[in-house]
Amino acid sequence: MKTESVTRRPVLRWSWFGLVPFFGYVAIFFILPTAVIAYSAFRVSGEGGASAFSGANMTTALSGPYLDALWNSTKMSLVSALIAAVLGVVLAYAVATSRGGMLPRLVSTSAAVLANFGGLPLAFLFVAAIGNAGVLTSFVQQRLGLSLRDDLGLDLYSQSGVQFVYLYFLIPLMVLVITPALEGLRPEWREASDGLGAHGWQYWRYVAGPALLPHFLGSLALLFCTSFSSYATAEALTNGTLAITPLRIDSALSGNVLAGQENLGAALALSMIVVVVPLTLLYQLMQRRSSRWLQ
Amino acid sequence: MALLAGTLILGGTACTKKADASASPAATATSAADLGGMDALVAAAKAEGSLNLIALPRDWAGYGDLLDNFGAKYGITVTVDNPEASSADAVNAIKSLEGQKRAPDAVDVGTAFAINGAKEGLYAPYRVATWDDIPESQKSPDGTWFADYGGYISIGCDAAKVTVCPASFADLAKPEYKGKVALTGDPLKSNSALMAVWSAALANGGSLDDIAPGIDYFGELKASGNYVPVKATAATIQSGETPIVVDWDYLNAAKTKDLAAAGVNWTVAVSSDATIGSYYAQAISATAPHPAAARLWQEYLYSDEGQNGYLAGYARPARLPAMEASGTVDASLAGNLPKVDVKAEFPTDAEATAAKNTLTQTWASAVK
Repeated sequence: MKTESVTRRPVLRWSWFGLVPFFGYVAIFFILPTAVIAYSAFRVSGEGGASAFSGANMTTALSGPYLDALWNSTKMSLVSALIAAVLGVVLAYAVATSRGGMLPRLVSTSAAVLANFGGLPLAFLFVAAIGNAGVLTSFVQQRLGLSLRDDLGLDLYSQSGVQFVYLYFLIPLMVLVITPALEGLRPEWREASDGLGAHGWQYWRYVAGPALLPHFLGSLALLFCTSFSSYATAEALTNGTLAITPLRIDSALSGNVLAGQENLGAALALSMIVVVVPLTLLYQLMQRRSSRWLQ
Repeated sequence: MALLAGTLILGGTACTKKADASASPAATATSAADLGGMDALVAAAKAEGSLNLIALPRDWAGYGDLLDNFGAKYGITVTVDNPEASSADAVNAIKSLEGQKRAPDAVDVGTAFAINGAKEGLYAPYRVATWDDIPESQKSPDGTWFADYGGYISIGCDAAKVTVCPASFADLAKPEYKGKVALTGDPLKSNSALMAVWSAALANGGSLDDIAPGIDYFGELKASGNYVPVKATAATIQSGETPIVVDWDYLNAAKTKDLAAAGVNWTVAVSSDATIGSYYAQAISATAPHPAAARLWQEYLYSDEGQNGYLAGYARPARLPAMEASGTVDASLAGNLPKVDVKAEFPTDAEATAAKNTLTQTWASAVK
């Protein structure tokens, strides 16, 4: 014991050095931008380019239409994340337990691609398919005499439309992140559970469920953050009419209409960071906890 | 550690800001006469040899030809950074590129950014030779900014996809235009979209002091499904997604030719129940790397040739009334402009600020 600690000491003294690139990375890509945002969120600019510290931007960011937007962003992301998480788990389970073949491989490969498919191309793909002059819209109209918007309640240019489009990349993302956990469920557990006379639901309730839960919650947090920070798709489909914070930041920072609102933009960004950081930490924590079981 | 890295990087960017801005006499000249006349200005600009501009799309207000002709006439290399950028981007570029060779020399921005930038001291005062032709209300008395061209809110329409083209905001609410009416952007970002909402307000009992009826009007258009919240572009018009577009008349009219090539019969009507007019403004960067070329560019834009160049892009140049009086306007180009039957209103900056505040507060909740 004693000799071991003696021989280890020099290693411990220098081991932190290996983390330098990591800390450098975190400093440049996370801490520094966050610090700059926090700084400018509390500045107001006055006449002649002078500026001073003030909480005015934060007050604006957390009241009126901006607060509505933050609240709406949160609700919308939560709903999208929940739907995508449940559907994603079901799909991933079907893939994980299937006996191989083309289909499961196709699903997992396309999940990897689709999870990274978003932004403008995705929005225009949906416009081309189910927009007012979309291919599918006209097909359904001509062949079935049905209007997607009026008869089937599918309005692409609304909040539910945007959420529908989000599912297109959120479900594949869920499949991608939950599949390793599902594959980590050992067949022996199921055999043992069956051998002891447990029902299917008892196996899920007492064995697989608790083992999967941390990973599921972590994935849910990840999906929430992805949906929360999505911007280009919503912008393209609603032209700024959707009340979500990323679009409010956009109109504060760029455009031809609102001048001198950069600091309000920073305050809005700060409010988003405050929402997302705890969830990111939760994701990390849950990942660590579930890896105890599923490896 | 992180703090140290942060300080180093902040310090680094601060250092690169140090200006090597030329101490040329052009940098402080407030008129061509200050430099000894036009010939001296031309010589100084030729010596600089290049001009940096930003946010000027070639298909916007005739800029494509204006840029080419200016470059050819004076042998100056003109660079346009980020042609699709916004006014905010242009003003930010002046600030963030200060002291660098590639910083913008002059900008073409919305009135709010002209006034705001002048307050921040970003622009150099300058009076072009034709200064007196620019109406008093369309220029800053100290010469820090001056209107260059403008237009009126109009309704563009694909006559092949729409049986009868709408000519007023009252028309746009009709059931036959369901899923057809679009704006060119988010009214909180796009000036033309903002003015479309404001014109709708005027047509529905609002005023320059009251944009709310326009917001309600678009709320109803969205609820009835007439308003399609897709940012209208030539592509969305061609695909049939946005067959009716409310936009500046010069932008709608300029689309006619390109769309005709794609087989779209695009017609333009200045809305008959109300319309708002607005002008963009020129301003010279106070820290322009090519101060003489920036000033020569202004002289060119406000010359008869430059102003007729805007007209060729369907924009109404600031000197249009004066040029009509003196007969220097190109009559065939002026004849191409969409007809205006209503009296257009021009909001002041204070009214615009108030309207934007109302819009920021209520747009997203009214139109959903």
